[in-house]
Amino acid sequence: MKKSVIISAVTVAGLTAGAAFAGTLDDVQARGKLNCGVSTGVPGFAEPDANGVWQGFDVAVCRAVAAAVLNDSDAIEFVPTTGKTRFTALASGEIDMLARNTTWTFSRDVDLKFEFVGVNYYDGQGFMAKADLGVSSATELDGATVCIQTGTTTELNLADFFRSNNMSYEPVPVETGSEAVTNYMAGACDVFTTDRSALAARRANMENPDEHVVLPEIVSKEPLGPLVRHGDNNWGDVVRWTLNALITAEELGVTQANLDEMSKGTNNPEMNRLLGSEGTLGEMLGLDAEWAKRAIAVSGNYGEIFENNIGESTNIGLARGVNAKWTDGGLIYSPPFR
Amino acid sequence: MSGDNNSFVRKEMISERIPPTTERGLVKWVRENLFSSAFNAIMTFVSLWFIYSLVVAAAPWFLNGIWDAETVRECYDLLDGKSGACFAVLNERFPQLIYGFKYPSSEYWRPNLASVLLLVALAPILFRKLPRRLLAFSAVYPFLAFWLIWGGSILTSVSAFLGCVIAIVCYSRFSSRSFAIAVLISLIAANVWWIIGGYIVDLNDSILALKDVPSRDLGGFMLNLLLGTIAVCLSIPLGIALALGRQSDMPIIKWICVFFIEFIRGVPLITLLFVANVILAFFFPPGTSLDLILRVLIMMTFFNAAYIAEVVRGGLAALSKGQYEAADSIGLDYTQSMRFIILPQALKISIPGIVNVSVGMLKDTTLVSIISMFDLVGMIRGPILSSTDWNGVYWELFGAAAAIFFVICFSVSKYSQWLERQLETDRR
Repeated sequence: MKKSVIISAVTVAGLTAGAAFAGTLDDVQARGKLNCGVSTGVPGFAEPDANGVWQGFDVAVCRAVAAAVLNDSDAIEFVPTTGKTRFTALASGEIDMLARNTTWTFSRDVDLKFEFVGVNYYDGQGFMAKADLGVSSATELDGATVCIQTGTTTELNLADFFRSNNMSYEPVPVETGSEAVTNYMAGACDVFTTDRSALAARRANMENPDEHVVLPEIVSKEPLGPLVRHGDNNWGDVVRWTLNALITAEELGVTQANLDEMSKGTNNPEMNRLLGSEGTLGEMLGLDAEWAKRAIAVSGNYGEIFENNIGESTNIGLARGVNAKWTDGGLIYSPPFR
Repeated sequence: MSGDNNSFVRKEMISERIPPTTERGLVKWVRENLFSSAFNAIMTFVSLWFIYSLVVAAAPWFLNGIWDAETVRECYDLLDGKSGACFAVLNERFPQLIYGFKYPSSEYWRPNLASVLLLVALAPILFRKLPRRLLAFSAVYPFLAFWLIWGGSILTSVSAFLGCVIAIVCYSRFSSRSFAIAVLISLIAANVWWIIGGYIVDLNDSILALKDVPSRDLGGFMLNLLLGTIAVCLSIPLGIALALGRQSDMPIIKWICVFFIEFIRGVPLITLLFVANVILAFFFPPGTSLDLILRVLIMMTFFNAAYIAEVVRGGLAALSKGQYEAADSIGLDYTQSMRFIILPQALKISIPGIVNVSVGMLKDTTLVSIISMFDLVGMIRGPILSSTDWNGVYWELFGAAAAIFFVICFSVSKYSQWLERQLETDRR
C-alpha cells in the first residue's frame, strides 16, 4: 500500500515537474484552488468557527484573492502555519500566498526573499496592566515585572523602550500568548506586553475586562500584511492590487450593498476603472474586467471587513486608529487605479 | 481420684476469640500503614491536610461547572463571579476535539465504525483464547479502515489488499529456494499488480465510493489514535528486524542497522517531524508532495522502530548463549532458530519495554501540533483557544485532553501487565 502511494507520488512529481516553471497565477487557475497560508488561530484575524469554516480579517484577504482569480471565494485550501513553519511553507511553494499577521521587516523582505504586497493592518507593541495598579502611561512602569514572549521582536522592543526611557524592568519570559495571559492573571507580572491587537483580543475575553487597561504608548512599528515569493511579479501584482481594490473601494464608498448598482457605471471614472465598466485594468493583470468587483463582493470593502471581524462592534473591539483610511487621518492608502 | 486430677485439664478447646481491637480490621491497618512511627504519623497528617485543601479548592470549580453556554463570556455571566469551570466548551466543540474541524460531520460514522472495528481486529492479536479464524479479519482490517477513513472507491483498498496477497503467495512459493530471491520476486509481483490495479481503479472509481476526505481534513483525537496505532503496528516488525540486523554477522547489514538506530536515537522526534513537514517540501517540485500524514507516519515509524530495536536487542542479549547453541545443535537454520527458539523468549522479556516505548509514542503524536497539524492538542492550542468565543479556557480543555490520553494509556499498560502474567515472564 505504502509503496504504491510513494511510486504514484514520484510519478506525479516527474510529470508535473515540467509545469513548475509556469507562473503562480496559471498554476492557481489550472489547479482551481488557491493555497493560502493562514495562522493556526488568532482571534478575529484567522479562526475556524464551530462548523470548521475559516473566518477573520486575514482570511478575508485570501477569500478576496480567490474570488478575483477563480471566481469562487471558497476555492481555497487554507494551510494553517505556525510562526515556525510559515516562511518555509511559502518558500517551498506549498502555499501561493501567506496572509498571517506577519510583520514586514527588512530582513524578511530582502534576506528571506519574499515580497510584501502591502499592509492590511498597522499594529504596534503595547502594554496591558491591571487597572488597580494606577498606571496611566508606560513611562510610569519603572521597576515593573513584565510578561514577555521569548524569541520575538517584542522582547527586543521592550528592552529598547525601557533603556531609552532610563527605566528598569524585571522580565518574566514565557513561551506563548496564552501562557503570558495565565501568568499575568495569576499576578506573576504587573504588565503584559505584545501587539496591541492581540492585547485587545485577550482583554475582550477576560473575566472582567474593565479591570485591565491597555496603556496608550505604542513602542514599535508592526506593519502586518500578506506576502508572496520573490520572482513572480505578476502574481505579486494580483495579490497587491486585490488588497488595494478593497482599500480603494472604501475610499470611493463602494460597499457590498451598493456594489451592483455602482458597477453598472457611474460618473466617477476611477470607480468605473476599478469595477471594470471602463478601461482594461483587469486584462493587464491577466484577469477579466470584473475581478475587483468579485473581490469586493465577498465580504465588502476594507472598512467593512475591519468592522465585521475586529472592529468596535465585535468582541475584539479594535478602533480604526492608524488603520483609518488616509482621508480620515489614518495610514490606509492605496495607489490610484489608473 | 481420676476426677480430681482431671479438673486441671481442659476437656474442650477454647473457642477462637476475636483479636483485640488494636490488632484487627481498620484500626490495625491504620496503625500499621499510617501511624507506625512518629514520623509517619506526622506525614499522614500533612498528607490529609494537603488532600483536604486540594479537594476544598477544586470541588467548587467542578461542581459550579457550566455545561451549557455559547461563549466564554456567557460562562462568566452565568458564574457571576463564583469560581467554576466552563465545561460548555467541551460540549460545543466536542466533535472538533475528536474529529478535527474539517472532517465532514455527516461522515462521523466512518471513523466511529473504524475504531469499533479496530477493537475487533485487535482482539485476536491481544487475547490468545479467541478463535484463530478472527485473525483473517485483522489482516483485512487495515485496508478496510483506510477505505472508511479516507473514503473513495473500495477498489483502491481491494487492489492494495490483493497486491499484498500476491506478494505473500509469491514469497511462500519461492522461499524454499532463497530468502532474498523470494522477497525480490514478491516485491516485483506486488508492484506490477499495483500498477495494473491503479489503472483499473481509475476506470471504475465510483464503485462503493464513500465521500473523499483528504488527509489534511483529519484531526482531533482521531488523528492521534491513527498516527499512534499505525506507527506502533509498523514499527514493531521493523524494530525486530533492526534488532536482528544489529546482531548479524554480515558487516554491511550490521552497520546499516547500527547507523540507522544510532542516528534516529540521537535525533529528537520533533526534529524529524520538522524534516518531514518543512525540509522534504524543498525536494519535491512545487505543487507536488507526499501526503503530510504519510511523511509524518514514516518519521514516527522510524523513530519508534529504533527504540523498539534496542528494547528487543536487550531481550536477545538476556538469553543465555546456550539457547543459541541448542538451536544450532539440533540443526535449525537461522530463520528457524530465530522463529522457534530465540524470538519467542526474547520478545516475552521485551514486552514491558515495547509497551513502554509504544505508550510513549502514542503520547508523542501530540507533537504534530507544532508542525501545524490539528491533532487533539493542536485543535486546543490553535482553533479553539484562539477563537473569539473560547479564548481563555485553558484548564477545562487541557484537562479533557489529559483525561482522554490517560484512559487510553492506562488501559494499554494494564493490558501489558495482564499479558506478562499470562506469559509468566518471570518463570521463563
